Amino acid sequence: MNGKIKILIVDDEKIVRESLFHWFEEEGYEVDTAESGEEALKKFEKGKFDLFLVDMKMPGMSGLELLKKIKENDPDSIVILITAFASVPTAITALKDGAYDYVTKPVDPDELAHLVKKAVEQRTLKIENEQLREKLEEISKPENLIGESRQMKKIYELIQTVAPTDTTVLIRGESGTGKELVAKAIHINSKRKYFPIVTVNCGALAESLLESELFGHEKGAFTGAHFRRKGKFEMADGGTIFLDEVGSVSPKMQVELLRVIETKQFSRVGGNQLIKSDFRVIAATNEPLEELVKAGKFREDLYYRLNVFSLVVPPLRERRQDIPLLAHYFLNRFATAMNKPIKDISREAMDFIVKYDWPGNVRELENAIERAVVVGKNSSIKVEDLPFHVSTVEDDSGDKSLSAFEKKYILKILNENNWNISRSAQILEIDRVTLYNKINKYGLRQSNN
Amino acid sequence: MKIFLAPVRFSNSALLSSVKDDLSRIFKETTIIDLDLNIDDAYTKEREQYFSTQIISQAIKRTGNLNGKIIILTDVDLYIPVLTFIFGEAQLNGKHSIVSVCRLHEEFYSGITDEILLKERTLKEVLHELGHNFGLKHCIDWDCVMHSSTSIEEVDIKGNFYCNECKKKIIF
Repeated sequence: MNGKIKILIVDDEKIVRESLFHWFEEEGYEVDTAESGEEALKKFEKGKFDLFLVDMKMPGMSGLELLKKIKENDPDSIVILITAFASVPTAITALKDGAYDYVTKPVDPDELAHLVKKAVEQRTLKIENEQLREKLEEISKPENLIGESRQMKKIYELIQTVAPTDTTVLIRGESGTGKELVAKAIHINSKRKYFPIVTVNCGALAESLLESELFGHEKGAFTGAHFRRKGKFEMADGGTIFLDEVGSVSPKMQVELLRVIETKQFSRVGGNQLIKSDFRVIAATNEPLEELVKAGKFREDLYYRLNVFSLVVPPLRERRQDIPLLAHYFLNRFATAMNKPIKDISREAMDFIVKYDWPGNVRELENAIERAVVVGKNSSIKVEDLPFHVSTVEDDSGDKSLSAFEKKYILKILNENNWNISRSAQILEIDRVTLYNKINKYGLRQSNN
Repeated sequence: MKIFLAPVRFSNSALLSSVKDDLSRIFKETTIIDLDLNIDDAYTKEREQYFSTQIISQAIKRTGNLNGKIIILTDVDLYIPVLTFIFGEAQLNGKHSIVSVCRLHEEFYSGITDEILLKERTLKEVLHELGHNFGLKHCIDWDCVMHSSTSIEEVDIKGNFYCNECKKKIIF
């Protein structure tokens, strides 16, 4: 990640040098060590370093003396001093002499990681790491959103349109259609991609834990709060907060959500400090929010706050042509993860997979393929490896005539499209009048399921 | 790649078995081994914690003949000098690593026991440290288990498996 950033650790204790060396090496920095101020200066003469982590108290040249010499040679160098004992006068002297910051041993790893990251970002603001950019370009494609159907291409277009803006997005769609993947795709295509997308599963939140979960808590805020804890909104600072299943939140939570979304500030439970967080909101629901608003179960102001840019993810049965692509994607993933030599899906199994209606959508397909990979003993997935029975997709009526098939097929398309005549006619590739004639001919009604 | 899972001062047999099962699904072979380590020397009274590098050094002495990656799972709280704590440590491009579940318990932070969350967090940290053994450094992708996590909140946010780029370097 930080391949071009060079850090010099200066400490007389070997154990400290080695520990920090490995820790920063794992972070991806280029690390070197020196056991004294004198050795550090020699290394500094030979090569450039971006950041110095210097122990304050060392035999010979002290950390403060080394700081001065480093700054004389390169005023842009970043020096962080480490000391075992914090003292205000020393800290002031260090900062006056140009130290970037001053930490006391032992330091919280989160604090040190963020301090170094911030310092490095400051130094390399204009030098964007080429490697990092390549990586981000790669993940910015919604590659885990599988589908080449017309419906999915439309979704990709909408993602590309809305992602670079900071607009709040409401993603709708049946359970299991991949709303979270769409949210992730929006996030990784946005300027916020360097920061996390934090998911709040609103449906799973217990009322009693709500505040602590969302806003965090201070140490001792309640029985069992042994440590300070950051909440979801604080963790989403710079990034995106994804409110999944937003339709199922309680009235109390709706009030809290509205407040924090509007003000972007809050306090941790048991704390007085007002914390600001810069986050983008993406919400998702499989419930008809408008009906919930009418029924008084969902706040209208929150609804308008969330429903700025709406996007509907289609159910799998409306994009059957994507099923083989998805099935192969899951097969590869699970076969690799489980180390199984299953390379393909048999033609019979694929026929059933494509014909099946997948009421649980992509998630159900994913689970079915996972199960098939678990139980599969051949080089390809067979029908018997699939979790559903043949009868669920076979035509179980006795009438095998063409008209009987046509009647069933038209009814199926109508049901899949909520009896939207124009859309159904388009899918069936007939005009609307022909479709009306056929509905009359077969006596089809909306309740004919 | 063969993975050796070594419980040291580790009492949660259900968690051990769950991690073994998960690793067995991911790697070719996972075996639980008893290293019979005495880690008293790694204990620092002032900090009431164990120095992880020292535990790894002891494990190296006992596992020279094992061909594979050796990951120690422990209940004790770990540290390295300068830092207040660590979730785990690994030899970059090496054979050995260690993960402590001490600060992966939700109980540690909020007083609430959550065994499912503990399993998720433990597997993430185990895969993370093993990733270092395979030469992986921290990844910028938040969906990748190799993303750096210096707080429990970050452990929860990051993904639970390797991203496509990182996966290429893992020998399953």
